[in-house]
Amino acid sequence: MAGKTLYDKLWDAHVVRVEDDGTALLYIDRHLVHEVTSPQAFEGLRLAGRDIWRKESIVAVPDHNVPTTTADRGNGTAGISDPIAKIQIETLNDNCDEFKLNEFHMDDIRQGIVHVIGPEQGATLPGMTVVCGDSHTSTHGAFGALAHGIGTSEVEHVMATNCLIQKKMKNMLISVDGKVGAGVTAKDIVLAIIGEIGTAGGTGYAIEFAGEAIQDLSMEGRMTVCNMAIEGGARAGMIAVDDTTIEYVKGRPYAPSDETWEKAVAAWQDLKSDSDAEFDAEIHIDAATIQPQVTWGTSPEMVLAIDANVPDPADESDPVKSKGIADALVYMGLEAGQPINEIKIDKAFIGSCTNSRIEDMREAAAIAKGNKVADNVKLAMVVPGSGLVKKQAEEEGLDQIFIDAGFEWREPGCSMCLAMNADRLEPQERCASTSNRNFEGRQGQAGRTHLLSPAMAAAAAIHGHFIDVRSIDVRTEGEA
Amino acid sequence: MEKFIVHKGVVAPLDRSNVDTDAIIPKQYLKSISRTGFGPTLFDDWRYVKAGEPGMDHSKREKRDDFVLNQPAYKNSSILLARENFGCGSSREHAVWALEDFGFRAVIAPSYADIFFNNSFKNGLLPIVLKEQEVDDLFKAVAENEGYELTVDLENQKVITPDNKEYTFDVDEFRKYCLLNGLDDIGLTLQHADEIRDYETRRQEQAPWLFA
Repeated sequence: MAGKTLYDKLWDAHVVRVEDDGTALLYIDRHLVHEVTSPQAFEGLRLAGRDIWRKESIVAVPDHNVPTTTADRGNGTAGISDPIAKIQIETLNDNCDEFKLNEFHMDDIRQGIVHVIGPEQGATLPGMTVVCGDSHTSTHGAFGALAHGIGTSEVEHVMATNCLIQKKMKNMLISVDGKVGAGVTAKDIVLAIIGEIGTAGGTGYAIEFAGEAIQDLSMEGRMTVCNMAIEGGARAGMIAVDDTTIEYVKGRPYAPSDETWEKAVAAWQDLKSDSDAEFDAEIHIDAATIQPQVTWGTSPEMVLAIDANVPDPADESDPVKSKGIADALVYMGLEAGQPINEIKIDKAFIGSCTNSRIEDMREAAAIAKGNKVADNVKLAMVVPGSGLVKKQAEEEGLDQIFIDAGFEWREPGCSMCLAMNADRLEPQERCASTSNRNFEGRQGQAGRTHLLSPAMAAAAAIHGHFIDVRSIDVRTEGEA
Repeated sequence: MEKFIVHKGVVAPLDRSNVDTDAIIPKQYLKSISRTGFGPTLFDDWRYVKAGEPGMDHSKREKRDDFVLNQPAYKNSSILLARENFGCGSSREHAVWALEDFGFRAVIAPSYADIFFNNSFKNGLLPIVLKEQEVDDLFKAVAENEGYELTVDLENQKVITPDNKEYTFDVDEFRKYCLLNGLDDIGLTLQHADEIRDYETRRQEQAPWLFA
């Protein structure tokens, strides 16, 4: 019999019961909760007279709606100028109080984007099942965990039972073989993968990312890759546990300590696919071929290398796809054949659950250092992923580098990734964004989003247009 | 949850692939703490000329005449015909609530994104998968016949055309059972509460750090 994949192992360890048709009750170890997809679930519990099955499994935090300007953040929820957003955040507070749940409030330094703070606090551990009413929950798979987004009905179901009704997904291996070139980041790797498999390529699968280029990544980089598994259609992405994983987890507030730590580390050694495991689909990508990526359209699969030209719908033989390209060009205000590195931007956004961790801040700051945001760029903003990321960045002087270069340095939250708060694009504005979705209207109605890495976003802000980050001399310490 | 047994209704054609949940219901409406009232803002950016905000009187907003749901023939449609990868992107269940609140009971497409597919079943909205060629045929039939209606028979897993042509579809047994009976699956799961507790006891011995 063939060995087990990492997904098989995580699945098997969490099955409570299974029906004849394969429908299983899967136990959930960690449930992350935020303000947008939880109020109707709490209301459902109240209406049915149900309580939370295991309160300690929940960590709650407001992130989607929170303002990111210092002026609005000084005074708890009272400072939120949008009355509807304020009600939603207060509703989360009230629900967590009523059901006695652990919440990091808006003014807590541990507050931040739910997918940043889970790992940061050690609330995400190897071997766990992790769910959240947010599709980017796939992020936590970077720790050798089975993590995926769920809808609000499932949020209520997990609250009431600590289980999900699930059928097992298929196994897909995506191996990025060899090493990436200088200036190529985790974001470029995952955008290139989505370009390869398409936005529905992973539908029905749990993806394991592997290969030397993945193993070489820090935990921050691995989280960036797993975060966007959902943009390739897969609810769950995951990476095997190694020393990098264990080093990251060690000493975090919710991580085990002392004797339990040793026992946990021993158990985590098995969180990798067996060498004879079989996958339903396998994709190999040569890391050396991956260039810095920029999306040009309205779906994350509409992505190209920085030196490419915008595609022509006439070159596409499939009529549905050709129409998709033509519609995207109209929406994005682009011409077929236009070189990507000549496209000018109006705004730059560095942040989101994809790219707002300390490494992302450092990567962008290295490009911004000693430079100025271009005159045609109306706003360049950096939104750290959590209060603790912000603190660390400030201790390293990164905030000052950004501010000196003309970037705004904000308070943590989801911000302009989905523009639920005041941070948004005006119609037709074009944004270089480190977030995860370039859908129509995602960053503001009729706004135009181009996805790229933090270094590439910072470079676009400085030069006013997309530019290959590898063509820029990065100033080192001590230079003006 | 409302039962789904047989449904007959007008089919609205939405001829786009990769329709994402941001398009189905834009972010500004997710600030609501209710499950209802999302129908008027379903496909908001495509349906109205200018961006809307929560709390507006949406009936007074200027509509885009070229959008399918604004055309008189589709005002009362209850079956949405769409292209591949329908419902991709964000996990927001508000997308399903908006489709239902507008009046849709079923969607027909060649494929769906996983989370949207799941969310639909939890709310009594039936996502039907037909082959690409069959979906093409239906798009043609809708274009040629104003007020084109289909019958969806979940019990027999068939979509039936006005001239009695039948398309068969697959549906997971457990989900079918829940839909036919309008069952709340939390109640079903809690029938296994003892097994969940037994699992927790076993697991806590093996991996106590998961229960700290």
